[in-house]
Amino acid sequence: MNRGPTWFNVTSLVLGFAFLYIPILLLIIYSFNGSRLVTIWGGFSTEWYVALLHDEQLLDAVWVTLRVAALSSLVATVLGTLAAIALTRYGRFTGRSVFSGMTYAPLVMPEVITGLSLLLLFVAIGFERGFWTIMLAHTTFTMCFVAVVVQSRLVTFDRSLEEAALDLGCSPAKTFFIITLPLILPAVISGFMLAFTLSMDDLVIASFTTGPGATTLPMRIYSQVRMGVTPEINAICTVMIGFIAIIVLIASIATKHQETVRRREEQAAAQ
Amino acid sequence: MAKARTQTIGAVRRTFSPWTDPSATPLIRFENVVKSFGAFTAVNHVSLDIYEREFFALLGPSGCGKTTLMRMLAGFEEPTEGRITLAGQDLTGVPPYERPVNMMFQSYALFPHMSVADNIAFGPKQAGMGKGEIAARVEEMLALVKLESFAKRKPHQLSGGQRQRVALARAVANRPKVLLLDEPLGALDKKLREETQFELMDLQQSLGMTFLIVTHDQEEAMTVADRIAVMNHGVLVQVDPPATIYEQPATKYVADFIGDVNIIACKVEGCFGSDLRLATSLTPHPLQVTHSGDQKPGDEVWLAIRPEKMRISLDAPDAAAGNCFEGEIWDIGYLGDLSVYHVELPCGTRIKVSQPNLSRVVERPITWEDKVYVTFTPHAGVVLSR
Repeated sequence: MNRGPTWFNVTSLVLGFAFLYIPILLLIIYSFNGSRLVTIWGGFSTEWYVALLHDEQLLDAVWVTLRVAALSSLVATVLGTLAAIALTRYGRFTGRSVFSGMTYAPLVMPEVITGLSLLLLFVAIGFERGFWTIMLAHTTFTMCFVAVVVQSRLVTFDRSLEEAALDLGCSPAKTFFIITLPLILPAVISGFMLAFTLSMDDLVIASFTTGPGATTLPMRIYSQVRMGVTPEINAICTVMIGFIAIIVLIASIATKHQETVRRREEQAAAQ
Repeated sequence: MAKARTQTIGAVRRTFSPWTDPSATPLIRFENVVKSFGAFTAVNHVSLDIYEREFFALLGPSGCGKTTLMRMLAGFEEPTEGRITLAGQDLTGVPPYERPVNMMFQSYALFPHMSVADNIAFGPKQAGMGKGEIAARVEEMLALVKLESFAKRKPHQLSGGQRQRVALARAVANRPKVLLLDEPLGALDKKLREETQFELMDLQQSLGMTFLIVTHDQEEAMTVADRIAVMNHGVLVQVDPPATIYEQPATKYVADFIGDVNIIACKVEGCFGSDLRLATSLTPHPLQVTHSGDQKPGDEVWLAIRPEKMRISLDAPDAAAGNCFEGEIWDIGYLGDLSVYHVELPCGTRIKVSQPNLSRVVERPITWEDKVYVTFTPHAGVVLSR
C-alpha cells in the first residue's frame, strides 16, 4: 500500500480548502483595510473594529442575537434531550414513528417554510412579534439537532448502569441526574453548542418571525449590505467567524474527549 | 488461619441441605411464575424454592430464561403470571430500588465517572447511612476483595479481574438478603475464573448470604453451587445438588448438557428385581443394567453412560465382565490428564470412552484403528425414559 500522499490527494486537498476558505480569508483581510472602498487596499488599520464599538444599532443587534441564541439553545437542549430519551427508551409506544418523524422534520424542512408557518401561527394567535417569537422559532428548529446528537449517544449507553443504580436503592429520577446525565453530558453540551451556533447564524427564520425592535445581527448585516458592503461589515463578520470557530472547536474537543474516554474504557473492558 | 476457615466451611457444606428438610421455610419462592414477551414465553410456569444461605445456580443455554428469572427477582421485569416472595413478602409491584436484593451485573456496570470507593459507597449512600458509617463500610468491602490500595482509581484504570471484585464489593455493600450474580465470571480468563469461583464460595460462607448465580458454564455451576437448576426453553428440567445432576440426570437433555455422555437407545426386554435387560442395536448381546424405575418390558428407553464410567481394553474380557461393546478406535483426544477414545462400533455408531493417563510410560498404548473392548458394569449407566 502507498502510504505517502499522492499528487492527486494533495491537489484535491488544496483545491477543497481553497474553495472553502479563500472567501473567508479575503473577508478577514479586508476587515483590516484602511480604505473606505471595499475592493481597494488602503493599508492596514483596525479603525473599523473601533467604529464597531460605537455603532449602537450593531451592538444592539449583537445583544439581541446573543440573548436569543442563549435562551433558545438552552430550552432546545432540555426539550431535545427529553425527546431523545423518549425515542431511545420507550420501546414501542403507539405513534412512536410519527413522533420521531415529527421530531426530525425540521431538520430537512426548508427554512423558508418553517419561518413562514411560524409567522402564520404567531399572527393567528395574536402573539406580538419580537424577541420572544424569534426565541420560540429558534427553539423549535434547533431542538431536533440536539435530539439527533443526544440520541446517537443514548443508543450506545449501557442501560445496566441505570439498572445497577436502581438495584442499589436509587430512585429513577435521582438515577437520571446522578448517573445518566453526567454520562451523556458531553453529547448534551455539543447539542447545546450546535443549537447556539445555528441560532446565531439564522437569517431566514428570524426575518420571518421578528417584529419591531428585535433585529438580530445577521438581519442587521444583511440590511446594511443591501446599501453596499462597508469594511465595518467585514469587521463584524470577522468577529462572528472567530466566535463561532471557538464554539465549534470547544464542541469538537468535547466530543473527541468523550470518544477517547469511551474507547479507553472499551479497551480496558476488553482486556 | 486459612486452613481452619476452610475446615469450618467444609463442615458447613457437608451438612447443609435444607431442601431435604420439610420443616425448613424457603427464603425465596417462585410460585408458578410465567414471563411472556409478546408471543414469546421466556419463563414458563416455574416454581422454585431457594433457602437461606444457599448457593444456588441457574444453569442453561443462552435464551433458556435463566436471566429473565433472575431479573424478575431483582425487579427489572414483572412476572406475567404467578408471584415471587422473599422472606414471606410478596414482591409483586415492589420496584427494584426497594428490594433487599442486589445484583452483580455481567458487564459489571461500574459507574465510569466515579472512583472505586464512590462506586462501593453508592448503595450505602442511597440507604441513608451516615458519613462515618459509609467510610467504614467502604473500607471493609475493599478489604474483603483485597483492593484497599485502589480506592481512588476510576473503573477504566483497573484490570478485568479487579473490576469484577469492585462489582462484587459494590453489590454486597448493602448487605442484601440475596446476592444475584449474572454470569459474574464470564469475562475472566480460565485460570482467574477458577480461582475466583473458590473465592466466591468462601465469600458466600463468610457473609452468610444467599447467592443466586446465573451461568451457562456447567463446570462453574458444579463447582460453586449447593444446588443447580437446569433450565431449557423457560422450564426447569431438574433441580438437584451437582452430584445428583451429574450421576442421576432426570432427562436426556440434562445428561447431555452436563458433561459428556453416550446416549444409547434401547428397548426393555425384561425386568428382574432391580435389574433390567435392555436390547440395543449396538451389540447382539442384551445389556444388564441396574435401575429402580418402573419400566415394563417393551418400553423404549435410553441408557446414558458417562465416558469415564466405562473401561477400554485391547484384550477380550472374560464372559463375567458384564456388558461389552466391541469396536475399533476411530479417534483419540489426548487431554493430558486423560484421553478420550472415540470407538466406532460395527453398526457405525461411535461412543466415547475416557481413561485417565495414570502412568507416563505405557507398554502397549491404544492407538488408531486398534480393535478394542469397551466394558461397563450394570451400575455404570442411568436408564432414562425422557
